[in-house]
Amino acid sequence: MIPAKPSLPELPEDVILSVEDLEVSFAVRSRARFRAVRGISFTISRGETVALVGESGSGKSVTAMTIMRLTEYDGAAITGGRVLMRFKDGKVADLAKLSEKRVEALRGAEISIVFQDPMSSLNPVFTVGDQIAEAVVHHQGKTLVQARQIALNTLKLVRVPDAERRLDQYPHQLSGGMRQRVMIAIALACRPSLMILDEPTTALDVTIQAQILDLVRALQQEIGMSVLFITHDMGVVAEVADRVCVMLKGEIVETGTVYDVFAKPQHAYTRALISAVPRLGSMADKDAPEKFPLLVFEPERQLAEAGK
Amino acid sequence: MNASSPMKEIGRPLVEVRNLVTRFDLKAGLFGHVSGRVHAVENVSFDIFPGETLALVGESGCGKSTVARSIMQLDKPRSGSIRFDGVELLGAPRQVAAKFRRQAQMVFQDPFSSLNPRMTIEQSLIDPMRVHKLGSLETMRARAAELMAKVDLAPELLERYPHAFSGGQRQRICIARALALNPRLIVADEAVASLDVTIQAQVINLLMDLQRDMQIALLFISHDMAVVERIAHRVAVMYLGEIVEIGDRRSVFGNPQHPYTRKLLSTVPIADPTRRPEGRVPMSDEIPSAMRAPDFVPVELPMHQISSTHYVRQVAAG
Repeated sequence: MIPAKPSLPELPEDVILSVEDLEVSFAVRSRARFRAVRGISFTISRGETVALVGESGSGKSVTAMTIMRLTEYDGAAITGGRVLMRFKDGKVADLAKLSEKRVEALRGAEISIVFQDPMSSLNPVFTVGDQIAEAVVHHQGKTLVQARQIALNTLKLVRVPDAERRLDQYPHQLSGGMRQRVMIAIALACRPSLMILDEPTTALDVTIQAQILDLVRALQQEIGMSVLFITHDMGVVAEVADRVCVMLKGEIVETGTVYDVFAKPQHAYTRALISAVPRLGSMADKDAPEKFPLLVFEPERQLAEAGK
Repeated sequence: MNASSPMKEIGRPLVEVRNLVTRFDLKAGLFGHVSGRVHAVENVSFDIFPGETLALVGESGCGKSTVARSIMQLDKPRSGSIRFDGVELLGAPRQVAAKFRRQAQMVFQDPFSSLNPRMTIEQSLIDPMRVHKLGSLETMRARAAELMAKVDLAPELLERYPHAFSGGQRQRICIARALALNPRLIVADEAVASLDVTIQAQVINLLMDLQRDMQIALLFISHDMAVVERIAHRVAVMYLGEIVEIGDRRSVFGNPQHPYTRKLLSTVPIADPTRRPEGRVPMSDEIPSAMRAPDFVPVELPMHQISSTHYVRQVAAG
């Protein structure tokens, strides 16, 4: 599908995505630009889950949207770096340089994204089945009947109970958790090699969040896809990620395996993020409520650490 | 078994809710006959003492927000009793309701839609004082600056509009507005659910500081057991409109009795990758609907006492 030029960049065999020195900036005023992403690099291997963690405004969602080449619709431009991706046929291309037409063919087929708010990311006037089938018809050229069967199988894959009936329901008839499952089904329908989940559980209850996290883990074991998981919650990171990249103001300040980052967080900001996660049982022997023992992140100290 | 809540010695509860029932009729057809009924709140009873935090925990649709709205007189309960400082609120004359509204304030979930985008922060903070006619414009302005300091925001920001603030700052402003009338009760309905984890922790710490300084009673509504464990003195777990377990925080978290409480506890993410729930089977069960036929008669299962402060509802058979 993607004709590779002979001179194209190479990727190690098991790497699906390699982001190299990516810079993204938004036009703010006539000449000023805001640098939302400032030269970040990370890779995702086959079957791996990488978590991109940071607070609102850290640039984590801009990174995700840039990989999907969606930020340019918001007035952003890729001002530096490469986004190398290995496709299902083994070829490698730089997503940052592809034409819109070719990117269009990749979205859903090779990379897909699930957004935070399942209420507003489904179309209210089409049935769930039609919305899943749409991607299959578009990318794989299947007939409507075949696509409907794939839609049904995908709904079963994401453990939607009573999938046959759900197929003909509209989004308003589903709960928030079911809608997010449908979003994941749409993202999975064409079996992409990379799925980006952008805060998929932030709008959901904790019980439903646990269900979705379990589902993501199970899906990965079943179909071996790579996941880029974006979140602000280190508690969620601990549950799903293999590797972690901590983002602060457009830069990755710490990266490592999930075990290393939680056992020995190196950066003061990572420690501050971990300290804010409520830990069940931390109050077990206390009679009165207690405040969170927050570590305040001071940029001055960070500079001092960087300088030493 | 546990030391009883220190609030008990203060004496009379500030809020006494007894057998509260709130249902919503679903109307259908040309003549609007009642085709069904949402049993949002069924026979809910609890007390809140001055200076105490009662957490109401449950999933979306369990009726916890309806309890809050019923207390705040925003939804009309079908039966039961809500007493504030000993005075009955249901069916109370307007003067009583107006007095109550001065003493009880609410903080909502979404700080983006609960501040008027066309009002400066100062106007938003002054508004409750203006409605209740508390002093001259100068005193109200001074009070607004004071409130900003209370929630750790610079008074210079008073002239700005809500769009200039982040989610966490807006929620601080909403808390400042709730404090404007020196309330004795604050109802925080998922007040931290839409915030980043770091901001959530800061806002909770702020609420706890304010409660300690001003002896405010807090009804804290949440779906997150881990947050509740930090802030609550007592916990009530709601499921399908009913309280299924209520007790002091240590007892409910240390010795959860109801299967639903245990389920809520088991779903909290653990911030430790070495303790990942690997074998957990992905579930997809949902909370059942509280919508019933018009002639439905709810079955009330008895509550059993676990300790002097801890009660649990009997689990339905089968």
